[in-house]
Amino acid sequence: MPPRTKTAPRTAPKPAPKPAGLGGERLGHFLYQMLLIRRFEERTGEMYTKGKVRGFLHLYIGEEACAVGAINALEPQDKLITHYRDHGHALARGIEAPRVMAELFARVDGTSKGRGGSMHIFDKAKNFFGGHAIVGGHMPVAVGLALGSKMKKEDAVTMCVFGDGGVAEGEFHEALNLSALWDVPVVWFCENNGYGMGLPLAKSNANDIYKLAEAYRMPSVRVDGMDVIGVYEATKTAVEFCRAGNGPYFIEAMTHRYRGHSMADAELYRDKAEVEESRKGDAIERLKKAMLADGLMDGSGYEALVARVEEEVGAAIAFADASPQPEISTLFDNIYRESPND
Amino acid sequence: MTEMRMREALREALREEMLRDERVFLMGEDIGAYGGSYTVTRGLLDEFGPDRVRDTPISESGIVGAGIGAALSGLRPMVEIMTINFSLLAMDQIVNNASKFLYMSAGQFNVPLVLRMASGGGSQLGATHSHSFEGMYAHFPGLKVVCPSNPADAKGLLKQAFRDENPVIFIEHSALYSMKGEVPDDPDFRISFGKARIAREGTDVTIVGYSGSVHQALRAATMLEEQEQISAEVIDLRCLRPLDMETVIASVKKTNRAVIVEDDWKFGGFGGELSAQIMEKAFDWLDAPVARVSGKDVPMPYNRNLEFAALPSEEDVVEAVLAML
Repeated sequence: MPPRTKTAPRTAPKPAPKPAGLGGERLGHFLYQMLLIRRFEERTGEMYTKGKVRGFLHLYIGEEACAVGAINALEPQDKLITHYRDHGHALARGIEAPRVMAELFARVDGTSKGRGGSMHIFDKAKNFFGGHAIVGGHMPVAVGLALGSKMKKEDAVTMCVFGDGGVAEGEFHEALNLSALWDVPVVWFCENNGYGMGLPLAKSNANDIYKLAEAYRMPSVRVDGMDVIGVYEATKTAVEFCRAGNGPYFIEAMTHRYRGHSMADAELYRDKAEVEESRKGDAIERLKKAMLADGLMDGSGYEALVARVEEEVGAAIAFADASPQPEISTLFDNIYRESPND
Repeated sequence: MTEMRMREALREALREEMLRDERVFLMGEDIGAYGGSYTVTRGLLDEFGPDRVRDTPISESGIVGAGIGAALSGLRPMVEIMTINFSLLAMDQIVNNASKFLYMSAGQFNVPLVLRMASGGGSQLGATHSHSFEGMYAHFPGLKVVCPSNPADAKGLLKQAFRDENPVIFIEHSALYSMKGEVPDDPDFRISFGKARIAREGTDVTIVGYSGSVHQALRAATMLEEQEQISAEVIDLRCLRPLDMETVIASVKKTNRAVIVEDDWKFGGFGGELSAQIMEKAFDWLDAPVARVSGKDVPMPYNRNLEFAALPSEEDVVEAVLAML
């Protein structure tokens, strides 16, 4: 086969070890967003047990560094498409917590006016092309989003977030192949939390995930997904690589899901001790300690962040609860968009 | 008017739309250098280049998904799925992504994607290559399903498909690609969706068809007139979704009898939907139960005689009409 015109580096660059150039303000923002996501998810779990949130609910607790590190490496014009464990991505992208919570409450002020639910958050203003709930199904769409940017000569990179469970799907392989074949600007961001629902990775993938991407001849790195700074630095490198017109880039972020697959998961397939062990590397604790040690924040600064997040999530719940139910008369809205000569 | 084959009418529509709107581009398996497996896209690669006439690998889900993404990016892609049989590999993209993006995002994201595919049996291609899934696609809210029966309609409807803001499944019967017909020369010639065509006027019975089955219906109408002095009205639906029931019901109220013809399997097929709607909307006008002439409920056999037996014929239509008079 002919070589690709733009040669991708065969050995991927290692992410920077130290947050050189990352100021306290940016790190504070990371910490704030991670705390926001965690508290949002904890309270969402409560709202689920109260029956305020229905359907399937997949909490993002434990994985916050992935969303915050990766998505903060994007510019506003960049495109983001993700899987169904998507609240964290929505919040990291800057979608307002009250609108996300209102969607979970299935109310008219939700991001999809109560049509989407937890697994289907969309926000055009933020170039957030959805939470998608068929595993792997959004990956070919990401190729098209990037192809569109490339054909229109737009300065936009597409980030596609998916889980390790999606890697065994055919659409993963079709999408990676197309992205490399067409040299489109996609950052493939795999959140490897070790389980596809309850199936451990060793039983679903025959090789390390980042090595699969190498087979499609794109730079591919594995990063510590519990280190928000490392995720950010690696993703920044990836985004710049794509923005420069070099084709796709692959990141596998090793992370941990502290909770079950969904609220319906009794977690019979793993020991509690395993989860407890993974909590020792908690991303929020790590950043908090680093910032305290480096004098970028003091104890009262941290307490203020926690209080701010508590208030914001409380306000989001109050907003969602006060938002009206959609009118039954709007049931048929938006099945088709009106077209000329309809 | 210019006489041309249906494949040429389709090619003209693609070419004119690409010239009119730079957002329009084509993707598909062997649509470029090879010229398309039914030669619809022949010559377009030379005229428009490999960016706008994009040869793709054999990855149906991948390329339909890529088409959806490109449509979401503000382009107007046409993805050619070589045949409707292979569209099964892209069902997740079509059913979960293309048809639902607008609804699930509460109107934020629309998918103006044209998906073309060849349909139908009759060429001894066996069970996996002879499907008629028009009715299956019509089942999904959010999709539009268009199935022309002649060159002029093919051109007018395909040009309209590129103006639509929604995903359009554009299904071409493989037996019709070489059919000749007069096609209007007007470069802005288009046919709105959801407007059935009365292909032949009549007074005694209404025969409803779409795509290839329109021709069985027309031949049957001729036989009925010549042999039995029965006047049959033939309706070509053109689109299954949006569906023009008004034209069908007006005809049934005139003739008081209806026969539905389709290649698809009878069990759970689109003919059942048509029959139910006729019953719901014109029960008091019917002088006989609605009849369905459909493909037999078998995987398509390779043997020529068996395949003919499995597909509906004009004789079957005549028989169905005579049975209700």
